[in-house]
Amino acid sequence: MTVEGQRGALSGWGRHPVVVARHRRSENLEAITRGATLSRGLGRSYGDASLPGTIDGTLAVTTAADRFCWFDAERGVVRAEAGVSLATLNRVFWPRGWSVPSSPGTQQVTLGGMVAADVHGKSHHSEGCFGEHVRSVRMRVADERILEVSEDEQPELFRATLGGMGLTGHLLEVEFQLRPMPSGWVLAESQGYGDLESTVEALRSAGSEWPHTLAWIDLLAGGSAFGRGVVERGRRADPGEAPSRLPAPRFPPAIPFVFPLISGTTMRLANIARYWSRRLYRRGIVHPDAFFYPLDVVGWLNRLYPRAGFTQYQVVLPTSAGVEGCRRVLDIMVQRGAVPLLCVLKDFGGEGKGMLSFPKAGLSIAVDLPITDRTQVAVDAMNDFVAGVGGRVYLAKDTLTRPEHFRAMEPRLSAWQAVRRRWDPEARIRSALSVRLFGDPI
Amino acid sequence: MKALLIGATRGMGRSLARLMVERGDQLFLLGRDESALEVTAADLTARGASGSVGTAFCDLESRSGFEAALDAAWAGLEGVDTVVVTAGLFGTQESLEADAVLRQRVLSVDFANTVEFCEQVRMRLLADGGGTLCVFSSVAGDRARKKVVLYGAAKAGLSSYLEGVDLRYREAGLRTVLIKPGFVRTSMTAALDEPPFAVGPDEAARGALRAIDRGASVAYVPPVWRLVMLIIRSLPTWVLRRTDF
Repeated sequence: MTVEGQRGALSGWGRHPVVVARHRRSENLEAITRGATLSRGLGRSYGDASLPGTIDGTLAVTTAADRFCWFDAERGVVRAEAGVSLATLNRVFWPRGWSVPSSPGTQQVTLGGMVAADVHGKSHHSEGCFGEHVRSVRMRVADERILEVSEDEQPELFRATLGGMGLTGHLLEVEFQLRPMPSGWVLAESQGYGDLESTVEALRSAGSEWPHTLAWIDLLAGGSAFGRGVVERGRRADPGEAPSRLPAPRFPPAIPFVFPLISGTTMRLANIARYWSRRLYRRGIVHPDAFFYPLDVVGWLNRLYPRAGFTQYQVVLPTSAGVEGCRRVLDIMVQRGAVPLLCVLKDFGGEGKGMLSFPKAGLSIAVDLPITDRTQVAVDAMNDFVAGVGGRVYLAKDTLTRPEHFRAMEPRLSAWQAVRRRWDPEARIRSALSVRLFGDPI
Repeated sequence: MKALLIGATRGMGRSLARLMVERGDQLFLLGRDESALEVTAADLTARGASGSVGTAFCDLESRSGFEAALDAAWAGLEGVDTVVVTAGLFGTQESLEADAVLRQRVLSVDFANTVEFCEQVRMRLLADGGGTLCVFSSVAGDRARKKVVLYGAAKAGLSSYLEGVDLRYREAGLRTVLIKPGFVRTSMTAALDEPPFAVGPDEAARGALRAIDRGASVAYVPPVWRLVMLIIRSLPTWVLRRTDF
């Protein structure tokens, strides 16, 4: 079966860069991945990770391939095609008492994308990356063979694929372990802290008690209030404390076109409002979508960002860098003229088994930055510092990191590249990201 | 609801089957690709289908198999109250003009054979005292346009047939539901340029299921196409000669 392709403008979630690329979409994943340059799911990586690396390359868009292969209700193990979205998984399994572990901040991601970026979420300190729960994947490698890959079969390729940004092969099916949950609802607490030190400290200490934690920081406040924030912590509610009915599925309205409401000015006001409204201690039962998926409050939230697009600068600093390291990164950003719109902190547990997975023990900083003529300079300066203290950037968010910085941050890179070369010596599978960072030919 | 679906391995039929399974309907699937039927049944089972999802081979290109397939479905579900036909063939106007074999297939499958399938279903449902027959036609059957001359003609015939069945048999208890999808993003349309108001198969299926539940005789999905087609139907011929859609 041949599938015709279509040409069209494509970008990641940050709407920058935009490229015209040939792409094809079909329920038949085996057909569309044959000869394809790269697979793409829902396109929620921010930068160039889901864009083809070659002018005449073809993307296989996986979203129509969304069948479940089987579900073992005894053990809570499921196998599904790579195009199944997290939203679908939640809709199907929450009512049956199972949740997807290591859920990221949006449910508009595909299983293939979750493996390729080895995603993490508010629970990283308690349950690691998504890859820790993956038992096996079925993939098409560069020589067109289709293989089952796991810790038992081709373990090296398996570990290179978790967090491998889709560059080791096309993911066709993913088998993973679900987690039983006591109820569909979430018991959440939030509390404000007046400066960066106390916010980070509260985030760290919350992690020993709560499976889901996150801190949001108001970067637009100056002086001694710089870095004031709100720590959110939560767990699945026990049946006794939650409503007996299931949380109703939500279908948020979508932003229909680019409407750049978000700017430094409006975000300054929004951040102030957010801090003051959540400063005081609150505790209560909340809808799981509200707690886990703030990015899905409206559909196409990215259309509210500035017209030139945006990026998210997300780095992890090792524990040794301390709060001071975090402050330095934020200082450099502001000094270099980048306008931080939104900043989120998360304390990570240890490094996972993915050879190129982003998280490691320490503090993660994620900041939304509009693309301006100063953003590259700011990212370069921050990367200088981050590489120096042994931190690294998250490729699923990255748009602007230079290859020399990435090499300096990532001692594991050469081992991963060796595995990739073994399976794909000519780099037939490549992305705009791999051209930018790994020296793949255009 | 005990529903028989033909064409549920892909596209809108796939989405509709999932919605029905989620709310506890019992399903039986017909299709021409037995391995796809098997995989689809497994998908629906994993999504929480109540009871097992039965399948049988049935190809709209071959009328001789209809009876056995319907027998299997009626036996598998112990009676059927709803039949949904989403199966069909598509070809662009250019490909249909160039290829006589494809042209014959599309015209037979989308009109003559679908009608024959529906006739056999009609007799069975009426013998059981009534039921719902839902058929997916197309907005392309509402008015002839340059881009869909042949496909549109087949769909126009199908729409007209179903409207007639509604007039003749609704009082006897046979409810027909004619679904007219606008542009829906499925593999059938993957190679076409997207017009405004395009929707995904899930959204189209939600609209179709609402129509089935209400027993609406005609439903456009998404509903905005009712207005769009009202305008297109009222355009004078000379305008349609000069436009290219």
